[in-house]
Amino acid sequence: MAKTALQFRHNGSDVAIFVDGGTNLLVALRELVGDMTPKFGCGQGGCGTCSVLIDGDLHLSCLTLAETVAGRSVETLDSLKQGPNLHPLQRAFAENFAAQCGYCTPGMLMAAKALLDRNPSPSRAEIVEAISGNICRCTGYEPIINAILAASGGRVSA
Amino acid sequence: MTVTVKTFTSSSEAAAALSSDRNARYLGGGTLVMRALNEGDIAISTVVRANDHALTRIDPSGPRITLGAGVTFARILGERDLAFLHAPARSIGGPAVRNMGTVGGNLFAPNPYGDFTVALLALDATVALQGGFGSRDIPIEEFLQSRERQAGSLVLSVSCMRPTSAEAFRYRKIARIKPKGGSVITLAAHLPISGGRIAGARIALGSMAPTQIRARAAERALEGRSLDAATVAAAASAAVEGTSPSDNALGSAWYRREIVGVHLRRLLLGQE
Repeated sequence: MAKTALQFRHNGSDVAIFVDGGTNLLVALRELVGDMTPKFGCGQGGCGTCSVLIDGDLHLSCLTLAETVAGRSVETLDSLKQGPNLHPLQRAFAENFAAQCGYCTPGMLMAAKALLDRNPSPSRAEIVEAISGNICRCTGYEPIINAILAASGGRVSA
Repeated sequence: MTVTVKTFTSSSEAAAALSSDRNARYLGGGTLVMRALNEGDIAISTVVRANDHALTRIDPSGPRITLGAGVTFARILGERDLAFLHAPARSIGGPAVRNMGTVGGNLFAPNPYGDFTVALLALDATVALQGGFGSRDIPIEEFLQSRERQAGSLVLSVSCMRPTSAEAFRYRKIARIKPKGGSVITLAAHLPISGGRIAGARIALGSMAPTQIRARAAERALEGRSLDAATVAAAASAAVEGTSPSDNALGSAWYRREIVGVHLRRLLLGQE
C-alpha cells in the first residue's frame, strides 16, 4: 500500500517521513523519527504515557493519526532538555522522588508542561485535574503532585 | 495493518465516501477509531476525514445552540455562553482526551462512555446527518435507537435549545475514579418550570442500557408537578423502569439498578 509523505515540526526542527495508512503518531515518532521519549502504554487513551503537545495542546499520540499533524508542531519530552541541563520540571521530579519506574514520567511531564505553560502558579486541585488522564502504578501521585508544585514555585506539603 | 486514509475538504464528499464503503469509518478526534485500529480491528479498511470548517463551528449564542460534530470538549469548556454544558464536557476523560474527543464522536461512544450524549438527550437535541443522498435532521433519541445503522452517515452537527434557567438543567456522572473514569451511571435532567410546575420533564441515563436512554416513567412522575419531596420520591422509584443495564468492570447490572433511583433523587434534590 502506498505510503504518505508527512512533514511537521518535531521539537522545533522540521522532519519529513513516509507513513503507512493508519499509522499513529506514537509509532511515527518512535520508529520513523527515532524519538523514543513518548511511551506506548495502553493504546486506548486510558494511561497517558504517550502524551505529547500538538500546537501546544496536550494530545495522546497513540490515538492521533500521524497524517493529521502535517504542518503542525509536535513537542515530546525530548524537547524539555536544555543541553546537559534538566528542565526545571525534570529536576523537580528527580528531587521529589516523582519517578520510580519512570514509565509514566514522559506523559506526566508533558501534562505538567501543558498546565504550567498556561497557568504558571496552579493550585494543587488544578494539578490533580491536569494529570488526571495520566496513570501512575508505582510512584504514587503525591510525589508527582508535589514535584509539579515545586516546579511552579508552590509550597510542597510534607 | 494499514488502512486507506481518505481526506476531503467538504463534509458532503466525506459523507459520500462513507456511505459507499461498508468498511469505512469516519475519523473525528481519534479516541474511538484510532483505538479500534490500535486493537487491530480488521473491520476498518478505510478511514475517512474531512477538513471542512463547518464541522468545527460553534454557534453558542441565542436560544438554540449548535455544535459542529468536530467540536472538542476543550472548546466547549472555553465557551462562556455554553456554561450549561461545562459539567458534562468536564466529566469526560483527562485534558488530552478533552482536547481530542468530539461532540459527534461521543454520539457513537459505547458504554461506559458517551456521557456528553446523555446531556444532549435530556436537552432534546437534534442531530444533523449527511448521507450519500442529502442531509436530514433527526431527534437524538431516534438517532440513538438506530445508531448501528447510522454508521454510513456523517454527523454534521448537534443542536439544542438552551435550558430556560441554570437550575432547570442538571447533570451528574457517577464514576469510581475521580476526576477521571468511566461511568457507573450518568444522569441528566432537564426540568423546565412553568407556573411552578414541571412542563416537559426529560431524564436521560447513561450506562443503563446498550445506548443512552430516557427514563420515561420518571419523567411521567415529574410532569405537571412541583419538585417537592413526594414527587422526587416517585420519580426516584420509577427511575429503574425500562432500563437494561449490563455488568462491566465498573459495576454490575444489579448494582446499577439498585443505585439509579438513589442518584436520581440526589440529583433532583441538589444533594451531593
